[in-house]
Amino acid sequence: MSQQIAWLVSLVLMTLIAFGFAFVAINSGTREEDYPLLQKRAYRLRTKLFWVMVLILGPAMIYTLLSLPYDTSYAGNNIGPVQVVDVTGYEWRWELSRDRVAKDQPVEFRVTSADVNHGFGIYDTDMHLVAQTQAMPGYTNKIHYTFTKAGTYKILCMEYCGIGHHDMMSEIHVGDLKGSK
Amino acid sequence: MANYTYTSVPDQGAKAGVLAYLVTAATVLLLMMVFGLLMRMEQAQFISMGAIWFYELMTLHGAGMVGIAGISGAAIMWHFLRQYVALSQGVFIANLVLFIIGVAMILASVLFGHFYGAWTFLYPLPSKSMGTWSQEAAALFMGGMLVIGVGFLLMHLDIARAIMARYGNFARSLGWPQLFGQDDGKAPPPTVVASTMVTIINIVSLVVGASILSMMLVNLYFPGFNIDPLLAKGMIYLFGHVFINSTIYMAVIAVYEILPRYTQRPWKSSRVFLAAWTASTFMVLFIFPHHLLMDFAFPTWMLIMGQVIGYFSTFPVLVVTAYGGLMIVYRSGIRWDMCSMLLFVSLFGWAAGVMPAFIDGTITVNYVMHNTMWVPGHFHTYLLLGMMTMVFGFMYYLGKPYQNAQDSFLDRFAFWGFLLGTLGFTLNLLKSGEESVPRRYAVHLPEWVPYDKIGSIFAMLVIASVLVFIIRFLARLGLSSRDYQRATLARSAAV
Repeated sequence: MSQQIAWLVSLVLMTLIAFGFAFVAINSGTREEDYPLLQKRAYRLRTKLFWVMVLILGPAMIYTLLSLPYDTSYAGNNIGPVQVVDVTGYEWRWELSRDRVAKDQPVEFRVTSADVNHGFGIYDTDMHLVAQTQAMPGYTNKIHYTFTKAGTYKILCMEYCGIGHHDMMSEIHVGDLKGSK
Repeated sequence: MANYTYTSVPDQGAKAGVLAYLVTAATVLLLMMVFGLLMRMEQAQFISMGAIWFYELMTLHGAGMVGIAGISGAAIMWHFLRQYVALSQGVFIANLVLFIIGVAMILASVLFGHFYGAWTFLYPLPSKSMGTWSQEAAALFMGGMLVIGVGFLLMHLDIARAIMARYGNFARSLGWPQLFGQDDGKAPPPTVVASTMVTIINIVSLVVGASILSMMLVNLYFPGFNIDPLLAKGMIYLFGHVFINSTIYMAVIAVYEILPRYTQRPWKSSRVFLAAWTASTFMVLFIFPHHLLMDFAFPTWMLIMGQVIGYFSTFPVLVVTAYGGLMIVYRSGIRWDMCSMLLFVSLFGWAAGVMPAFIDGTITVNYVMHNTMWVPGHFHTYLLLGMMTMVFGFMYYLGKPYQNAQDSFLDRFAFWGFLLGTLGFTLNLLKSGEESVPRRYAVHLPEWVPYDKIGSIFAMLVIASVLVFIIRFLARLGLSSRDYQRATLARSAAV
């Protein structure tokens, strides 16, 4: 979902910029000798543009900061006990304390690494990235995520870690029942 | 408000050192572009070279491209800054010599030592390769990076010396008396302001980069000398982010200097311009945490700062530089040739590339897009269609045979090929990112391969076009060092 929004918003903004450049290129042929006057008008437009940007980017920035993935509230308002999964990255495999979890029940992934930096990326059944954090030696990063769809999710490495980076895949099964080992 | 008028400035030919920089950059660029194409073709399953070759080429592509972005940006900055302050040619050449030595060390490390820890040498990967490369290979790579960094540091120190000798201190060369006091219209020219900013940020970035490289070299031979991985990552990204950003800030000087000559309109250091560059000086130094948004252990306030600065830093690019370029060209009667077209498009490339970049710097977006193809998608937009396009524009400017020389059909064809190829190539990477394709994978899943095939074809078009730019530049090398008017005058003024 976030990916599609990012793609569409980027396309719209890039297209708007392209229109601005195309408009100026098309209107570059005949010369307006009175540049100070043209500048005056352009500066007025620039002030407006500045405030439009402030009014759009400001609320967008604050809105997106309201739901940071750094705490439990990001997992949603699902009930039930937290299912804890300890994750350790190795060159070049994942070790998960359990590979089955229940859906609609929050999961806490405690992610670390035993050697170099890896990236713990959870891919849904359509191979879209739904959550990630870095697996760094000496640190434990926690992801709070609630799976709402049953199925087999894939774990991919998201930080380059050497020759086996692209092979560093694992699976986690999400079921209807309560998660069991 | 000060009143700004355009005063004609003679076009100067390039010193031999500047040309040596550009020839080095062009040669390495072509080679690295071919490496990039081979990587895309491997992912597309057009060829089969194996994962080791893929990651070796990936390491060279990253290090080489960052290096030549620095070298070609420095060539532009030095060429124009020399016209305002007294720079040392010896130090300038020393930087190139150290660069070539560093490149040789990196090539040897990768091709003979089989080091492929990526150009970001993220600690502790260089020292923990599970025996796939030797300690010596890792040391040679990091040593090569260190030698290159020392060269750039020397050059920036010389620039700092020259600017201080002329303006007294950085506050004056950033135009603070005019920014915070009375704007008497005597602020330093944009070239000096931009060079000051780049010098400040790069002295910081290179010292931080050299420090972490030295620490990692010690760790390589004395593993008991432990480095905190989070600290190491922060230092590496402070260095890497600031250095690669600085290449755009150096290259944009070509736009500030050359577009006014084509339009006979001034691009002066107005208050808004000065404010933007001062703000950018601080923002670029503190934005690096946006590379660590997925390191939840990093202080949260710094991560939020990374996002906030990311949003703010779009303002100087869009409202000042891109808008300034549009204003100077609008109804100017500009005559479009390869140089003016490339410089104009480069501003588009920079501004357009910043859009997916700041969106990726949004923490909730980064959560599902960090280290996907979205990242090379946005940085190829502003580095290839922005920064390198400024360099190509500068190359056409230097080699223009005479003031009203017409470009050949081949050059114009290459321009449109380059524009189409780069847009196709970068949008394809962004689309792959939207589809969650991870970056830096030697082997792609079957559903990702179609994107790789399309990307390879666009990459071929880019390389073919750039080949025309570079051959043209090399063929006109003799002209590039001479002093004569190059920029074609705008329509009514030309009569």
